[in-house]
Amino acid sequence: MLKLNNISVTFQSHGQVVHAVQHVTLHVKRGEIYGIIGSSGAGKSTLIRTVNLLERPESGEVIVRGTDISHLNGLELRKARQKIGMIFQHFNLIGSKTVHDNIALPLRAAGVSEDEIRVRVPELLSVVELTDKEFAYPGQLSGGQKQRVGIARALANNPDILLGDEPTSALDLETTESILKLLADINQRLGVTILLITHEMQVVKKICHRVAVMQGGEIVEENEVYELFSNPQHPLTQELVAKSLDLTLPKRVAETVQGDIIRLVYLGDNAERGVLSDTLRAHRVQINILHGHIEYINDKPIGILIISLVGDPVQIENATEHLKGQVAKLEVIRHG
Amino acid sequence: MGSITLSELLPDLGTAMIETGIMVGISLVLALLLGLPLGFLLFLTRRNMLLENRVLNFIGGLLINFVRSLPFVILLILVIPLSMIVTGRSTGPIAATVPLAIASIAFYARLVETSLCEVNTGVIEASRALGASYWLIIKEVLFPEALAGLIRGFTVTAISLIGYSAMAGVVGGGGIGFLAINYGYYRYETGVMIITVILLILLVQSIQTTGDAVSNHIDRKKR
Ligand SMILES: Nc1ncnc2c1ncn2[C@@H]1O[C@H](COP(=O)(O)OP(=O)(O)OP(=O)(O)O)[C@@H](O)[C@H]1O
Ligand SMILES: [Mg+2]
Repeated sequence: MLKLNNISVTFQSHGQVVHAVQHVTLHVKRGEIYGIIGSSGAGKSTLIRTVNLLERPESGEVIVRGTDISHLNGLELRKARQKIGMIFQHFNLIGSKTVHDNIALPLRAAGVSEDEIRVRVPELLSVVELTDKEFAYPGQLSGGQKQRVGIARALANNPDILLGDEPTSALDLETTESILKLLADINQRLGVTILLITHEMQVVKKICHRVAVMQGGEIVEENEVYELFSNPQHPLTQELVAKSLDLTLPKRVAETVQGDIIRLVYLGDNAERGVLSDTLRAHRVQINILHGHIEYINDKPIGILIISLVGDPVQIENATEHLKGQVAKLEVIRHG
Repeated sequence: MGSITLSELLPDLGTAMIETGIMVGISLVLALLLGLPLGFLLFLTRRNMLLENRVLNFIGGLLINFVRSLPFVILLILVIPLSMIVTGRSTGPIAATVPLAIASIAFYARLVETSLCEVNTGVIEASRALGASYWLIIKEVLFPEALAGLIRGFTVTAISLIGYSAMAGVVGGGGIGFLAINYGYYRYETGVMIITVILLILLVQSIQTTGDAVSNHIDRKKR
């Protein structure tokens, strides 16, 4: 659906050269929700802006549905953009125009007749569940409602792909949930491919199918979301995943608990199997669960447990070995 | 001293008001017809804007700064030959309208540019992203978003013009301001001066009030 081939963007500002995006190649498949995550200044916004050529890449190709659009201009460029919806962190609605006129703008840009616009706008509003606000002004709406208008506007011309530059970053947790749900729904029901930028792993975890991690203008890792969470490779990814699956023992617990403290990560089927009871049966150790959490990503579980093993050092050693064979990852946090 | 009666003054006052009306009115129309597009051009040719064009932007800016940096009296005299060509005479309210119009076009163009700069760039970007043409962006985004500011700028322009139009008396433009100078300053008719000044205050005040009311009404919709 969307291919970025070897995209680079360089800025000159105040005599300094900034390589905002460097040799990025990625492929977003039809119907998927693809996330790009990275810290501030990584080049995420610059990269997503090259997709609709708000930012002209210095080199590389932007291929949408098989056509390279990176050299288009004028009318052709506008036509291409009409098939690429975009939503923004700060919604970017026209404050002096009603919701109706905001959503009508892309339709007018595409030359749709006023009669048709009168039919189409309410339809779009019902997709984003905001039918009663057609003649309100953006200033009269909540953040979540504004983003719904933004989404309706982006969908107006039935785009093949929807770009989102941190569309939930200005929203509270609950509203973020509802907007993400709406996006997932749009992806499912209308089959719109979505490319989403975020700096929050929660967003990736909630709705993305695949994700790329960006740092210093480059993509340093790319994977299915579940794979990325269960087996992060790059240090930045590991840090992001660790932060997102945050399980830290309170200091008091860590200091007073006896025995070895061990962190286990188990995946898929293992998450549902009795790993601990097996170990207990085979080895003469005592197992205490200190902290734990099972996360479901795309319906597949990732379990994390922090346990302590108490008993004879040899038995502990054997039990640890046994566990190692059963789980995806085992890390001894502290020897007792 | 103080010897003029109201009935003697009235005809002069009437003429003066008509003259002010002509000078300010025509200049304002021209400010709208030429200053507004010039302001848009100045804004659109800025860096990273839709029609980014350094040369055009520089030349436009230079012209406007040239006009605006001249003391108005100097401009008044400088353009006398031009007034001759355009209006066929060198004195009178119509001739005086030429320098006034030039000043107001430059003045308003700059204010238009300033109001447009206040339009959220994110909104402009969003409309580019959805494939709108430049004309559609101007019509449906820039203009409505800047409208309250455009009206405030127009109000300021109108009021400044009334001040300038008094100086147009130098080239025989007439007008209320000139009446104030003529009677009050040269002929020591303090009473006349007070009357004309009160008239000017009322005029300025009513323009300001109207302008504020309209732009506030537009702003209120957004909230
Ligand atoms: N128009 C510009 N001119 C100069 N430098 C720019 C411009 N736009 C972005 N940059 C620089 O390019 C780099 C990448 O910026 P970008 O906005 O793409 O980062 P980001 O990943 O979106 O960050 P954030 O999470 O803070 O939004 C930064 O160093 C930024 O300063
Ligand atoms: Mg960004």
